[in-house]
Amino acid sequence: MQIRHKIAGGDFTRAGNVASAVKKILQQLNIDHKQSKRIVIALYEGEVNVVAHAYSGVVDVDIDSEKVRITISDKGPGIKDIEQAMEEGFSTATPQVREMGFGAGMGLSNMKRNSDFMEIRSVPGEGTLVELINYIRPDAS
Amino acid sequence: MQAKSQKRDFHHALRVDNSLCTGCTHCMTACPTKAIRIRNGKASIIANRCVDCGECYKVCPVSAIEVEQDDLRMIFDYPVRVILIPSLLIGQFPRKIMASGIYNALKEIGFTHVFEVENTVDMVIEAGRQIMLESKERPMISPFCPAIVRLIQVKYPSLVEHIMKVNPPIDMSAMYYREKLRMSGIPAENIGLFYATPCAAKIAAVKSPVGEIKSALDGVINMDFLYNRILSFLQRKYTGTTPPETDDLLSSRGIVWSLTRGEAVHHTGRALAIDGIRNVNEFLENIENEKLDKIDFLELRACDESCAGGILMCGNRFLTVERLKYRAEEYRNREDDKERKVKDGYLNINEHGFLGNIDPRPIGRLDEDITQALKKMERKRRMMCYLPGFDCGACGAPDCQTLADDIVTGNAQISHCIFMQQQMTKQNLLSQGQAVKITEEIWGSDRLEKNCSKIGAQHENI
Repeated sequence: MQIRHKIAGGDFTRAGNVASAVKKILQQLNIDHKQSKRIVIALYEGEVNVVAHAYSGVVDVDIDSEKVRITISDKGPGIKDIEQAMEEGFSTATPQVREMGFGAGMGLSNMKRNSDFMEIRSVPGEGTLVELINYIRPDAS
Repeated sequence: MQAKSQKRDFHHALRVDNSLCTGCTHCMTACPTKAIRIRNGKASIIANRCVDCGECYKVCPVSAIEVEQDDLRMIFDYPVRVILIPSLLIGQFPRKIMASGIYNALKEIGFTHVFEVENTVDMVIEAGRQIMLESKERPMISPFCPAIVRLIQVKYPSLVEHIMKVNPPIDMSAMYYREKLRMSGIPAENIGLFYATPCAAKIAAVKSPVGEIKSALDGVINMDFLYNRILSFLQRKYTGTTPPETDDLLSSRGIVWSLTRGEAVHHTGRALAIDGIRNVNEFLENIENEKLDKIDFLELRACDESCAGGILMCGNRFLTVERLKYRAEEYRNREDDKERKVKDGYLNINEHGFLGNIDPRPIGRLDEDITQALKKMERKRRMMCYLPGFDCGACGAPDCQTLADDIVTGNAQISHCIFMQQQMTKQNLLSQGQAVKITEEIWGSDRLEKNCSKIGAQHENI
């Protein structure tokens, strides 16, 4: 099953709406709530990244009976050094963004922690694509 | 995996009185867990979705939602009859009516002992602080409001682990007082403990406790019933009563415990208090996404103004809050207010202070099997392209999405939607007669007839 959502850059009031919508669907699909929580947290962090750094983005969620695959692609400044960006605490967020409680430099590492597979591809000046995969294990707890 | 043995059915204290229900949909729209549908012209409650919050009771224009209650006569099965009253009971009456007068009225009604529920609050505070020190789980969510505990079980299963496993004051007080009476030489079987409840959720919690094996109480008396009885005794100005046995172990902290912020003020760090089930829902939604972190403690209450706004409370909730705060102020000026007056002995925190496991009970699954659930979800999403999307409720479900869920899980049909009916009759898939029959199945066979006793109609209320 495929679900697609758009994200508007800069609109912090709506950051989290995609994660909430996906969470409702995961709950209805009877996906273990611990795994579902990891998916929702990873997606939420990805959503905030697009809002905070990019101009616009698209989330694609692909669910089958084995896994949930999420791709978040954006049009934006891109990431110059992905390895550095993955470090906890590394942040390029503006002071304004930090003042709102975002941009602590934990986003990408938190996404990594809450997914079973994560890959980032980025072209500086064009945009970023993050792919996340979480496997569904119905009796995991 | 958690033990399945504890997964008993919820006991519910709210019921629809079919003789009064007019099938008006107010409750269906108000229900925060979408637990109500209209069938045969009457509201019907889906048991595993209901959390006994009482929102349906609050909005029902014809008082057709009834709250279960134990028969007062049953108290006389016990020679020693204890009524455990929350401080709210006294808070409902004007200040000129003294607590002692209310105690005397309770004696007249038939109780031999009166014990205020919040007498053990200082022990609950201690147990709570102990958990906050020992547990790394944040935020910790108060277990005090049973409707909220159930809401978390059904709607926010991933947050169940955040519920602080501390026994609420009512259980602590029941255990304390029973032990105290037993130690004074009264045989256990002679002691009956009853709770004056401000809401339906507490009744349900007593009848099927969460995180406990057995309730510490023998019965529940509804606050509105007691309020009326007390008032009629006070009206008669009967003075010959010998007061019942009481213990004054209350602290200022106990008196305001059931009000908003009553618990939150006792926790260090970031402790928030949120009342009103809609506010709580919104907040938990954000907590579940980890959108709000670094919060230490959450006091969540289903009713506006917390328990002062309970559905069985009779006084104006704002005045009740005012009186309780005034009473707390009086107690605060007492010299011994700072110390905990209920001593270990009858009750021991380590033994009695903590709750057992609380299981998640998620609702809304389309199917247990993921492959089937995915198929149903796809079907639902296709169907939503056709349903009108303005949530009129004419299908007997609260909104289009819920109707779609009901259809894919086999609990409704697409022709229940009046818009789809129009489409189907236009395409000759449904006859006029069939459409009328469907409407009558949902709204009752006489629903299309003239009825002048409706609210606002010519012979309203006759």
